[in-house]
Amino acid sequence: MLTIDNLHVSVEGKPILNGINLDVRAGEVHAIMGPNGSGKSTLSSVIAGNEAYEVTKGDIIYQNENIIELAPEERANKGIFLSFQYPVEIPGITVTNFIKTAINSNLRARNEDEMPANKMLKKIREIAQLLEIDSKFLSRSLNEGFSGGEKKRNEIFQMAMLEPSLSILDETDSGLDIDALKVVASGVNKLKNKDNAVILITHYQRLLDYIVPDYVHVLHEGKIVKSGGKELAHELEEKGYDWIK
Amino acid sequence: MPLADKLVSSFLAFELDIDIQSPVHNIRTDAIKSFEKLGFPNKKLEAWKYTSLNKVLKEDYTLFSKKKNVLDFNKVKDFFLDNTESYKLVFVDGFFDSFLSQTSHDKADVCIMSAALSKNKYASVIKKHFNKSIEKSDSLSQLNTAFSKEGAYVHIPKNIVLEKPIEIIHFATGNESALMLQPRNLIVIDEGAQVEIIESHQSLTDNPIFTNSVTEIFVAKNAHLDYYKIQNDRLTSTLIDNTYISQQRDSNAKIHTFSFGGKLTRNNLNYYQKGSYINSTMKGITIIDDKQLVDHHTLVDHANPNCESHQDYKGIYSGSSTGVFNGKIVVNKIAQKTNAFQKNNNILLNDKSTINSKPQLEIFADDVKCSHGCTIGQLDQDAMFYLRARGIPKKEAEALLTYAFANNVLESVNIPSLKSKIKKIIANKLGVKLGFDL
Repeated sequence: MLTIDNLHVSVEGKPILNGINLDVRAGEVHAIMGPNGSGKSTLSSVIAGNEAYEVTKGDIIYQNENIIELAPEERANKGIFLSFQYPVEIPGITVTNFIKTAINSNLRARNEDEMPANKMLKKIREIAQLLEIDSKFLSRSLNEGFSGGEKKRNEIFQMAMLEPSLSILDETDSGLDIDALKVVASGVNKLKNKDNAVILITHYQRLLDYIVPDYVHVLHEGKIVKSGGKELAHELEEKGYDWIK
Repeated sequence: MPLADKLVSSFLAFELDIDIQSPVHNIRTDAIKSFEKLGFPNKKLEAWKYTSLNKVLKEDYTLFSKKKNVLDFNKVKDFFLDNTESYKLVFVDGFFDSFLSQTSHDKADVCIMSAALSKNKYASVIKKHFNKSIEKSDSLSQLNTAFSKEGAYVHIPKNIVLEKPIEIIHFATGNESALMLQPRNLIVIDEGAQVEIIESHQSLTDNPIFTNSVTEIFVAKNAHLDYYKIQNDRLTSTLIDNTYISQQRDSNAKIHTFSFGGKLTRNNLNYYQKGSYINSTMKGITIIDDKQLVDHHTLVDHANPNCESHQDYKGIYSGSSTGVFNGKIVVNKIAQKTNAFQKNNNILLNDKSTINSKPQLEIFADDVKCSHGCTIGQLDQDAMFYLRARGIPKKEAEALLTYAFANNVLESVNIPSLKSKIKKIIANKLGVKLGFDL
């Protein structure tokens, strides 16, 4: 589904990623771990197409297409979803209207009909229930005044609504208490199937107790320095990151 | 001949057309003398530093349209509110259009200035209010007074709440090469009365139209006014809107100004508080591009204690457009316990657009709360990425953020069909098909 080949990325001339290689197939869950500043968030932003980063070398192949030149919205239209580490507050746009606009934008881009209002409403209700989201929450301005947990839950709500084929969850677990983490994790697990894939970017092993990865990669100074199965996460939890460098 | 000279010399011809025995006529002759002395404003004047009329004044305007042009309602119905019952005062090239209008003398007088100036039954109101609030040193207002003849006349008697809004539309057909229009509106709202008014100036031609409008509004004790100005004219039109509002004790007057169109638009909005416990509200959304210019000059004269004023102007500028906001607040020595708040927030979508924003506070009382805030920024790039990463195209993401930025000004629009009309204009202006229906 996704192949990252020798990816080099800079911000304002400063190299952040120095030759990332990664293969993600449909049905897999990959965890990317690493200390602060190792380039985890940069990697997720670059896959989603953030133009603030400059790709200096390498390719990102998604569903057999090089997407390196595509705009963020074109990548989203093709089914790539990024759950933001720090979701942006947008006063004046409600959660509901935002998700409607996003869904219909994606449908239009795929030359499909817009979703009828009643179908949209039904889907919103179902997913809100799945994620234990209060309906009042949906008529609030997007992320404005949301707690950390509410923001993350709102990201997963959007993911569930958009049904992406590749979801990148950037530190979705940071700042969540254990109850919120369980709700978010069970949401992700329910949405998981053999045709989609998930990349978990995380600092902590805790999330991986609830969303079990097929592969774990360790990122250090902009490179994947070690890859392994889920047991690697436990090893990292015990020993820290120092032994890997 | 320069336009100012042409106007002065045409005054004699104008006099042939009107009743020079009327008491109002002395006011006109004084006004033309004043204008002759003052001339058009130029950039040397502090209040006109950022806005030049030079190009506008160079056109060779027809000053008085000779014939009444008839409009087909179907061709102009988009300029009216959808599915909303209203009174309508419609003018075409300066003439009243009785076919498109819907006047009333039932609960209130919703009619025309030419009638009010000539008929006896209006004499006392005219005598009490006509030209009473005009800034004497403002040459454009004087010019309008000199040629005052036609426009909207609205008088809402005591405790009458007008349930239908009044739409005032000044059309220009431009069957002439270039046309100057000087509508004169008078709105008198008696004690405890309430009214909603929507005003627009709409050109139907690409010939240059220069409108120099004056609206005097008198809001008596405990009366309520909601006034909406829709400025969405063609890019060949220039509008100078001089609006004077005098408020009495316990009254509430709100003016919303929505500026999207026109080549050059100057709003001189002046509030005079003549009593205590008055609430004055001014809000505006300006979204312009290309070479458009919109200049908001507001004045609030806090002359009495315990009054409030609230100003909230939002501006979004692209192309090589220019915005001006000059908000003057004067708090008189006796106007203790004044609350005066002013906000002007702007977004520049590129580096060729300009905003000149200037608060001007003159406070002579010591127990007051006055604040002003001005911001100038760009659309938040993190927010742009967030919206685009959800699949929303760049242009629509920009439109959504722009809409979100201006949204709080729209929230206080109380007429649903007007609100959706403005949303449509905004979407159209931003080149997207979004409904913004939240």
